[in-house]
Amino acid sequence: MSSREDILGRIRANLGRNAANATTDRAALDAYLQARPQGPRPRIGGDLATRFREKSELLSSTVEEVAVSQAAPQVIARYLATHRLAPHAVCWPELAELPWHEAGMQVEVRAATGSDLVGITGCFCAVAETGTLMLCSGPDTPATTSLLPETHIAIVSAARILPGMEEAWNLARAELGEMPRAVNFISGPSRTGDIEQTIVLGAHGPYRVHIVIVRGA
Amino acid sequence: MHFKARAGEKLADAALQENLSKAKDRFVGMRARGMLELDDVEATREAAKALRDRVLDDLDLWLEKFEQSATRSGATVLWARDSAEICRHVVDIAHRHGVKKVAKSKSMLSEEAGLNQALEAAGIQPVETDLGEYILQINDNEAPSHIIAPVFHKNKDEISALFARTHRRPALTDIQALTREAREVLRPHFLSAEMGISGGNFLVAETGSVALVTNEGNGRMVTTLPKVHVVITGIEKVIPTLEDLATLMRLLPRSATGQSISNYFSLLTGVKKTAESDGPEHLYFILVDNGRADLVGGEFAEMLRCIRCGACMNHCPVYQSIGGHAYGWVYPGPMGAVLTPLFTGIENALDLPQAATLCNQCGVVCPVKIPLPGLLRKLREKQVERRLRPLAERLALTAWAWLAQRPRLYALATRIGVRYLAWLAKDNASGGRNDRIRILGVAPEWTLGRDFPAPEGKTFRELHAARKGKP
Repeated sequence: MSSREDILGRIRANLGRNAANATTDRAALDAYLQARPQGPRPRIGGDLATRFREKSELLSSTVEEVAVSQAAPQVIARYLATHRLAPHAVCWPELAELPWHEAGMQVEVRAATGSDLVGITGCFCAVAETGTLMLCSGPDTPATTSLLPETHIAIVSAARILPGMEEAWNLARAELGEMPRAVNFISGPSRTGDIEQTIVLGAHGPYRVHIVIVRGA
Repeated sequence: MHFKARAGEKLADAALQENLSKAKDRFVGMRARGMLELDDVEATREAAKALRDRVLDDLDLWLEKFEQSATRSGATVLWARDSAEICRHVVDIAHRHGVKKVAKSKSMLSEEAGLNQALEAAGIQPVETDLGEYILQINDNEAPSHIIAPVFHKNKDEISALFARTHRRPALTDIQALTREAREVLRPHFLSAEMGISGGNFLVAETGSVALVTNEGNGRMVTTLPKVHVVITGIEKVIPTLEDLATLMRLLPRSATGQSISNYFSLLTGVKKTAESDGPEHLYFILVDNGRADLVGGEFAEMLRCIRCGACMNHCPVYQSIGGHAYGWVYPGPMGAVLTPLFTGIENALDLPQAATLCNQCGVVCPVKIPLPGLLRKLREKQVERRLRPLAERLALTAWAWLAQRPRLYALATRIGVRYLAWLAKDNASGGRNDRIRILGVAPEWTLGRDFPAPEGKTFRELHAARKGKP
């Protein structure tokens, strides 16, 4: 007997599974998957972008706002200068058209490697409840850009800041159909508390996360 | 070595005691603050309990559903009855894809299976990448002492010395610098490993995905960079929908570390798509039984709701006094005291269910409302049923049962007993009475590590008779 049959067989025996209850229980299971009820949720009131910003800052991210996405390269260049970081970065293909050069930045449009220091991404959407970015992997949105560099900069459209994770899943279902290979929720710079429960930023991923919220359309 | 001997050793270990006392209240305070952010903690815990039970009540059907969804997304689903089969699967997969090095994110199942030893025996290099697990690996594969903080028992000086010895670099004293050193040592491993192994916090039946929760980012590394990703997880980890995942994610990080969300939380579905520049080309799920299937539908089934947050041990007075190693197997604290006898045999862990005060701190904080003290009590009952208790204890209880059914004799015996205890409490120097008994004459072992409160000198029935009729 295969391990699969052995394991499932013992579970079925323990649950008193038979043909009749398998049919009704399977129907109930499918109905639940259709209905997808939500659990109790904290109230998220007020302006979502403001809440997102406050929560992000609590997670040790830094945040600034611009009116239109065309203005993002300017503020990103300024951020890098303030932190004495070179104006070199890799960015997502979907951000290739922004005026990087005009802002004095050298930006390569490709996935990040282990030696890139700054990675610039957009995001699929963001979650106001916890101040979290949701990034979906894809040909134009590689997952390494937000992971390997020491500095991660994310451009977020205010219109795509949603109340909770439930809305984020629904947006993914509506716009993408099936789930991408990787959905990464990012909440601040990578950290560890393994040594004496002391929080240190920059474990294996970025040391800093800087978020640029685009207020306009 | 048995639990009692190990526990005694840990209590006498001054360095460990200092490390434990430093960490003691930190997790408790962090969880309490995190929970304040939820409008209705109780309703959220109830919902989490209900959705875990929903799956466990039809686990066979939900596993089939998960398997269908995962297979459709391009993953391969394998099943393992026990540790040996986990190791066999992983080594087979490694050989099939020409793997020489494996980067591992934290997996308790890998600890259950002793996977690192099996990989090394097969000529494959395993590299633990969670900072805590890495520290343990380079310390001669030491066992973790906490499920989410593996080096809970160590201080930075011990780690500093270990790093200096292993990395052949000057010793660092600053925690930030130690963390950077580990990052620098481990980064090349992430980039060169051909296979990544992770655990799985949840398996989502709706999408056939694994949900992975980490703070360091190592979980993302091992599931993004190597060409093969193997998920090793227990069969009980299935949940129905992404909405259910959202509910559990409100509780898991808060219960573990007080965070409203962990730094990284990934939902991984299938393999790298054409035109994608990163992600594994092969994804395997190893669904592990190792004692779980036999608990389904039985009197210990509630234990399968566990989401491995560690809140029970963080709030346990026993764990806080002896640390995780005293428990003797992979899982420590209250959840470990239940799981260890169930997974390794009741007769192999007789002391664990007894080593509990049943204070129910663990039950109160459990995010999925597992009645841990109740399960520990049930395990004690099993020991009695199977006549696994020591002869002296069995004889004493038999004698007590005989006596308790003879009221007059019982009254006489307790009157003698209580006067004997009052006599023990007499202070010979002053002629007065102590309120504690230092050495219990008939059972001196009882008072080895504690005093016995001295009784008044009369039994309850005597006192009751004397007061009867009085207002």
